[in-house]
Amino acid sequence: MADTPMMEMRAITKRFPGVLANDNVDFDVRAGEVHTLLGENGAGKSTLMKILYGLYQADEGEVLLDGEPVVIDSPTTAISHNIGMIHQHFMLVETLTVAENVALGLPSSKGAFTDLDVVSDHIVELGGKYGLDLDPSAVVWQLAVGQKQRVEILKALYREAHLLILDEPTAVLTPQEVDQLFGTLRQLTADGRGLIFISHKLHEVLALSDRITVLRQGRVTGHATPDGATRSSLAEMMVGREVKLAPDKPDVTVAEPALVVSGLEVYGDRGLVAVDDFSLEVRAGEILGIAGVSGNGQRELAEAIAGLRAVTKGSIEIAGTDVTNNRPIEVRDVGLAYVPEGRMKDGCIASFTVSENVLLVDHRESRFLNRGLFDFGAIREHSQGLVDEYSVKTPTLETPVRSLSGGNIQKLILARELEGTPTVLLASQPTRGVDIGAAEYIHERLVTQREEGTAILVISEDLDEVFGLSDRIAVMYEGQVMGIVDPATATREQVGLMMAGVRPELSP
Amino acid sequence: MTQAGGSLRVSSKYLAYLVPLGAVGFALLVATIMLLALDASPIEGFRALFRGAFGSTDALIETSLKATPLLFVGVGITIAFRANVINIGGEGQMVAGGLLSTMAALWLPDMSAFIMLPTVLIMGFVGGAIWGFIPGYLKAYFGVNEILSTIMLNVVAVQLMNYLLRQPLIDPAEIERGTRIPQTERLQEGADLPLMFGSDRLHIGPLLAVLAAIAAYILLWRTPLGYRLRAVGQNPDASRYAGIPVKRTITLALTLSGALCGLAGAVLVFGSEGHRMVTDGSTAGFTGSAGFNGIVAALFGGLHPIFTIPASFLFGGLLVGGLSLQRAVQVPSALILALNGLVVIFVVSTDRYRQRLRDQDARRAALQTVESEPAGDRGGGDEP
Repeated sequence: MADTPMMEMRAITKRFPGVLANDNVDFDVRAGEVHTLLGENGAGKSTLMKILYGLYQADEGEVLLDGEPVVIDSPTTAISHNIGMIHQHFMLVETLTVAENVALGLPSSKGAFTDLDVVSDHIVELGGKYGLDLDPSAVVWQLAVGQKQRVEILKALYREAHLLILDEPTAVLTPQEVDQLFGTLRQLTADGRGLIFISHKLHEVLALSDRITVLRQGRVTGHATPDGATRSSLAEMMVGREVKLAPDKPDVTVAEPALVVSGLEVYGDRGLVAVDDFSLEVRAGEILGIAGVSGNGQRELAEAIAGLRAVTKGSIEIAGTDVTNNRPIEVRDVGLAYVPEGRMKDGCIASFTVSENVLLVDHRESRFLNRGLFDFGAIREHSQGLVDEYSVKTPTLETPVRSLSGGNIQKLILARELEGTPTVLLASQPTRGVDIGAAEYIHERLVTQREEGTAILVISEDLDEVFGLSDRIAVMYEGQVMGIVDPATATREQVGLMMAGVRPELSP
Repeated sequence: MTQAGGSLRVSSKYLAYLVPLGAVGFALLVATIMLLALDASPIEGFRALFRGAFGSTDALIETSLKATPLLFVGVGITIAFRANVINIGGEGQMVAGGLLSTMAALWLPDMSAFIMLPTVLIMGFVGGAIWGFIPGYLKAYFGVNEILSTIMLNVVAVQLMNYLLRQPLIDPAEIERGTRIPQTERLQEGADLPLMFGSDRLHIGPLLAVLAAIAAYILLWRTPLGYRLRAVGQNPDASRYAGIPVKRTITLALTLSGALCGLAGAVLVFGSEGHRMVTDGSTAGFTGSAGFNGIVAALFGGLHPIFTIPASFLFGGLLVGGLSLQRAVQVPSALILALNGLVVIFVVSTDRYRQRLRDQDARRAALQTVESEPAGDRGGGDEP
């Protein structure tokens, strides 16, 4: 490795009104290495990368490329300095081909006419070199998620990026696709390119990185290398205190099945079968985790159970009562609590206050009413009780929830849903986008609820979460159960294969 | 921190309510230019406007009476808007309420005011409710755009009114005389709106409208039904998730909205000087465009029933005072129409700015949350 880093950010400080987003941050990348930037949402990772990519200007500090100070005032400048960025959300024109997307915005070698044949040849060449197999004439909307990401990487390579910023590139991939991506990334570093990897999936960080820098509250709080670090030590650096990555689970005697789904068929938004002959039982006192890549019918399954989506075949029973195609309020009355996947879309009303959101389900109940009008004293008392019990951090009960953090909103939703000990709890992506502290708390709450005899169905894309929480894991692929495994004996690889649609020979 | 947040919120809110007044100021500024262009004195004109609207007891009475239908409609519009339903059908709903209550007064036997007055008011409420229910049901269950359907129903209502007032409901005296003015005979006295404060003009209509505004406020912020209306308006997905019947709530929002506009129509009929329903063949001939102007009053009042009270009064004053202005400086009546239009344009176009001000306290609270808990991600999950 060369002595001069290919990129060095020195003492970067960036202020936003009321927030110090980056505070005297040093960060560098050497040719041929993967340097991971680790931190919670709001720690300042994105701000730092946006400064490097020219989207923001630093208030203080400087950026050096190959030892020379440079001013990067726009993404165009960044690209001309051979910096490329792979965004978490794809920046592709869905109706254009791979080659057209790659060529978009670049001058053509044929002047006013397109030179897509030249572009295509170059794509095939780059693809062969780095394991990025793609048909240049394929239209982007027809590609799978993993393939779209390859287009993004190709776009950057085509623009001769030597320094690549990858912002949470694995968020939407299956474990196998992640392995494939990591293969490509290792070839890129072997070629002398530098990579900045942003992620909060700790085992991926440990698998890929050469060096790790941890940010917290805008400051660098630690450096690590994979051989000297563990998932817990990294999490501790991110949060600033010891964290439990998996909750302790006392033994619970499981009882009768509380949720029975049999032969379920549900259609998705596009009129195709999303849940196909799906059967499952969740017993009182157990947590059943559903693993799977998003888009394999998990959302439709959850909505069907909650009465929000029509069931075309099969049945759903809660505590012995058939609730197939019942209205949402009827399903709730039987004892379902539901923490939805879309926190801001379904779980709360962003413009309503904390108190008003606590009332979302229970606003008709007589304990909150006095002669038909709201009893604000009782409502405040009840809300304050939940806020205190679940340690939801909010300035006041009258604060609109949209100004709370994701973790606190999720805690508030959980508080509302768990009130009154539900028979069945359905939790979809309960900790997605939530900080580690809140995730830890939510996991503990789920385990407590399990001890109280609630049957819990957790749907999650996060394999660590599924393994840490579940008593049994069901893997969902294309609307079907690929198999049910015991987390104590199953491996991530086994589950990963099932997530990709490979049926296990023997299901325990 | 809590206290600081509270006082900041109050100041932003004050500012937010000043914006519509600023909009009126701008409208008057443009009107000044127009007056100057017409060689009329703006100072004299505006003095006449103010005097005509608020300068004497008679002026205040006239303004109150003009503000009454605006307030009823404005409150109705507010209820619909809070449920994210846009009701442009105030005109038609007023007509429907006016017609149904008129028929009740015409066809029911003469009764004492104690029975007759509540009856005709309820019929006005029901007439408007029917005219609001139709687009509400179509929107909720068939996805029909309520802006289009309510406007179309205005047209239907006016033709219905023209037919009814020219044929079955017409005053027999008009046929005998051969004048055939489309109006009913004088309606029974039991339905007359009682007068207040010993005045010979001021009836209880303004009082009823204020009571309606207070009732709407209580409905929206103190009852489960109002909670559901607002919840559906802010986030129908989360409402459905929580078990709120979204379609029924949307239908109800437009029905209630129409009912209040229907009351405006009834009050126009039974508070009129002739105590009869009359038209000139256009909707405005009966409503005086209150079904549209009420929308402006509602926006002016920040879509809040209580603030719609002063907003309607101010806007009513502008309508009354405009006539005095016209008489005082001898300008074409088109100028008054233009002045009203200007106010509408400025109020509506500054509405966005007003919303931004109202959101400011929320944003301040957000920053406070970030400060008190810097490691947390914000609601959307994005970094600032």
